[in-house]
Amino acid sequence: MQEGMGFTPQLTASSIAQMLWLIPAVPMAAAGVIALLKQPARKLASTLAIGSLGVSLLLALAAFGHVVSGWSHGFSVRETANFVWLPMGTGTVDLGWVLDPLSAVMLVMVTFVGLLIFIYSTGYMAHDENYTRFFCFLSLFAGAMLGVVIANSLLLLFMCWEIVGLTSYLLIGFWYQKPSAAAAAKKAFVTTRVGDIFFLLGIVWLFAQTGTLLFYNHGAGALEPDGIAAMLAGKGALGLSAATAIGLLIFAGAAGKSGQLPLHVWLPDAMEGPTPVSALIHAATMVAAGVYLVARVYPLMAAGGTLSQGGALAGSTTTLTVVTWVGASTAVFAALIAVAQNDIKRILAYSTVSQLGYMMAGLGMGGVAVGMFHLITHAFFKALLFMGAGSVIHGCHEEQDIRRMGGLRKEMPVTFATYAIGMLALSGFPLLFSGFWSKDAILGSAREWHAGRGPFYLLLFGALLTAFYMTRQVCYVFFGEYRGHEHAHESPRVMTAPLAILAFFAIALGMLGTPAWPWFRAFLEDHPAALELAGFNEPGFWPLVATSTLVVFLGLGLGWWLYGNKSPRAEEADAVEKVAPTVWGWLRDRLYVDELYGVTVIAFYAWWARVADWFDRRVWGGIVAAVSTAFRGLAHFDRFFDQQFVDGGFDKGCEEIYTGGGLLARVQTGRVQHYLRLLAVAVVVLAAILIWSSRG
Amino acid sequence: MTPLGGYLLVAALVFAIGLAGALTRRNAILVLIGIELMLNAANLNLIAFWRYGPHPELLTGMMFAVFSIAVAAAEAAVGLGLVISVYRHTRTTDLDEMNRMKG
Amino acid sequence: MSAVFWILAALTVLGGVAAVTLKNTVHCALAVTVAFAGLALLYLQLDAQFAGFAQILVYIGAVAILVVFAILLTSGSETPKQGIFSRSWFTGMIIAAAVFAVLGWAVIQRIQALPHETAAPSVTVNQIGNALLGRYVLPLEIVALLLTAALVGAVIVAMHEKGESK
Repeated sequence: MQEGMGFTPQLTASSIAQMLWLIPAVPMAAAGVIALLKQPARKLASTLAIGSLGVSLLLALAAFGHVVSGWSHGFSVRETANFVWLPMGTGTVDLGWVLDPLSAVMLVMVTFVGLLIFIYSTGYMAHDENYTRFFCFLSLFAGAMLGVVIANSLLLLFMCWEIVGLTSYLLIGFWYQKPSAAAAAKKAFVTTRVGDIFFLLGIVWLFAQTGTLLFYNHGAGALEPDGIAAMLAGKGALGLSAATAIGLLIFAGAAGKSGQLPLHVWLPDAMEGPTPVSALIHAATMVAAGVYLVARVYPLMAAGGTLSQGGALAGSTTTLTVVTWVGASTAVFAALIAVAQNDIKRILAYSTVSQLGYMMAGLGMGGVAVGMFHLITHAFFKALLFMGAGSVIHGCHEEQDIRRMGGLRKEMPVTFATYAIGMLALSGFPLLFSGFWSKDAILGSAREWHAGRGPFYLLLFGALLTAFYMTRQVCYVFFGEYRGHEHAHESPRVMTAPLAILAFFAIALGMLGTPAWPWFRAFLEDHPAALELAGFNEPGFWPLVATSTLVVFLGLGLGWWLYGNKSPRAEEADAVEKVAPTVWGWLRDRLYVDELYGVTVIAFYAWWARVADWFDRRVWGGIVAAVSTAFRGLAHFDRFFDQQFVDGGFDKGCEEIYTGGGLLARVQTGRVQHYLRLLAVAVVVLAAILIWSSRG
Repeated sequence: MTPLGGYLLVAALVFAIGLAGALTRRNAILVLIGIELMLNAANLNLIAFWRYGPHPELLTGMMFAVFSIAVAAAEAAVGLGLVISVYRHTRTTDLDEMNRMKG
Repeated sequence: MSAVFWILAALTVLGGVAAVTLKNTVHCALAVTVAFAGLALLYLQLDAQFAGFAQILVYIGAVAILVVFAILLTSGSETPKQGIFSRSWFTGMIIAAAVFAVLGWAVIQRIQALPHETAAPSVTVNQIGNALLGRYVLPLEIVALLLTAALVGAVIVAMHEKGESK
């Protein structure tokens, strides 16, 4: 395999790469302008936002085309444009952006899906009075996300990462008057913060080990051979090398943002935000940022392991093993919980968490191409599903409980059709849908993983559950009888058109990942792609297809059998609940992760806050009170001193002078003879002195 | 004992006597008498020094004494006038009783 | 030191002592006149004839008379009830003695250095007149002023004020 570290023949970046910064800058500028607009300027705000993202899309397509043309001519494209940002003594902190296949595909996906969601939002948020503010935050988010994608510097990536987190908070808590929305926004921010702290530690450590934060810098970057060697040589904790430790720290940040197992608790609560927000941020883009980060620093994660044919690792590194296991466990954990949820968006939220686990596992076992392929396909069909859910909610007059819906395939045919396509793609319905191909790629690499078969079985079980709960959801919502209050209606064209577009891609993208024409993998891993039907004859291909097909049909069948055309009322128990009520209870209560946090972390934090409060009041407050008492005592002492000694002394002195004066006045007897006597005495004394001195 | 010494001692003695009188007698007029004695003693001193001094032809001492006599006379006149005036107001010449200027 | 000197010195001193110790004020005035006379004679002894005669003329002839007049005008001839000496007469005596001691000490200390007999100067009235109007003309004029002022002042001081009973 060619070394993936080649450069285009010209060492300087092409003009497209130089202009790459415009892609995030234009939406951010639009956000700035919208922020200054007044609330009634709705049309202007949405036009600015959509226009700016459209410009970004065009630029992204141009960049993508440039990379594709370079790749198809056999070059390995990785163009960087770096600049000095902060000179610090002898060293500098540089920022820059990079244009390579990875960032190119991500750019196109983010701008395209983002644009569709923006258009969708003009319809969904049409009745909201804070329309302008919504588009301001959306634009800012889009700009920041694109900044994460193009960043060639960990620092720039982190800065945009934080802005993404901020806008996520702003958008989740968009309806801030609702206490649950405000709480959910805070929860999202704090939970991702926990991950971000580890991320920051990793960044600092990386800088300490390699002296640079740039990924690629003509041989001097952190992800280039010298940088990786420096990190491998460094000492981490517990006998790990610095490279492993840094990789794990960075993964912790990615785990927070992408809702991996211990830090997933914020994602379901984030459904408090408007549905376009859930579609954009919590399905397609922001949560994908964590996966993208792991893909970006993959050379670091894979450091120390040996490469084999086809680009996958022979064996695995510690970091990637951790990534895989976390991903696989998250996939199953979230899928289990999704089975017992009743809110249409919650099911999709847990589904997202589960699929993110798949992506992480794919990255860990199969490399960048495998994980990214699933990320791209997932973005399209998850956005489709969320927007479809939004359409359903809109049509059912803001109802979100699936037990109060039903039979909507008659009233909302377009929504139903597109939603069904998305659901089948997510479940991995064989051959036709993109989800099948991307999930199969992950399962394939899991089966061949040299470090064990555990993740493979977990992921298979997860696929079963995915098919099952999606069928359950579709049956509850679209089949059976309508159990809601008011009449449901189809959504306007501005909302259903994007659904149709996404549905098309949910099918078409699968074409890029078949073994017959593994275009996507070839593009990302930098070797030529040819259409060869012989790819279908790879060893293990058909058995794998058979296994996954079996699993998917099993899940679909089970779901249809249990939920089919029945429409249980909200008060009735669920079909599974009747069979296994305790397990159902656990699953419905989200396996008590939040409660666990409440007992441990939050309780500890509350205790700590009480300690700090006591400390503040008693100790610091005590010190302040003591100081003030000391001062008052000093003031009293001063007053006493002043009164007694200074005033008293002065008064005494004056008294003495008075008395002395009185005494001296006695000399003035008024009798001349006495005065004369004094004169005589004075004369005697003077004369004596004179005589005495003259004698000597 | 040189002659000059003798004269000086006599002058000193007369001076002291005059002072004693000025300091101890009640009557204001007797105080003035004492003062006259003191002045005279000083005059004697002057004359004695003139006589036994280096340049008697300059007449310094004698002139001084003559002027002193003149001034003493004037002063005696004024002083006695004062005593009479005070006597008219207070009907007494007893100095012990005149302490209106007491401090 | 001739005998004349001692006699005259004794006369003067005794006159002085009598002047300050006698009870009757008039007797004191007379005693002081004797002292003045003794001093005048001492001046004559010292060849200061002009000064001696001036002493006799002025002191005995004017001051003593003035004193007697003052005594008579102030009923000084009566003996005061409380005695002739003031309450704290002893202190005065001591002070006077101290003064005499100091002066005597000053003299006796240097008594060896004092000049012995020298030639008697011959002083004529002509010389005195020349001196008065020559070298000492300024003091002369001032004394004239002084005497005038004293004269006027004494008159004013001793004059009966308006409205007062005579």
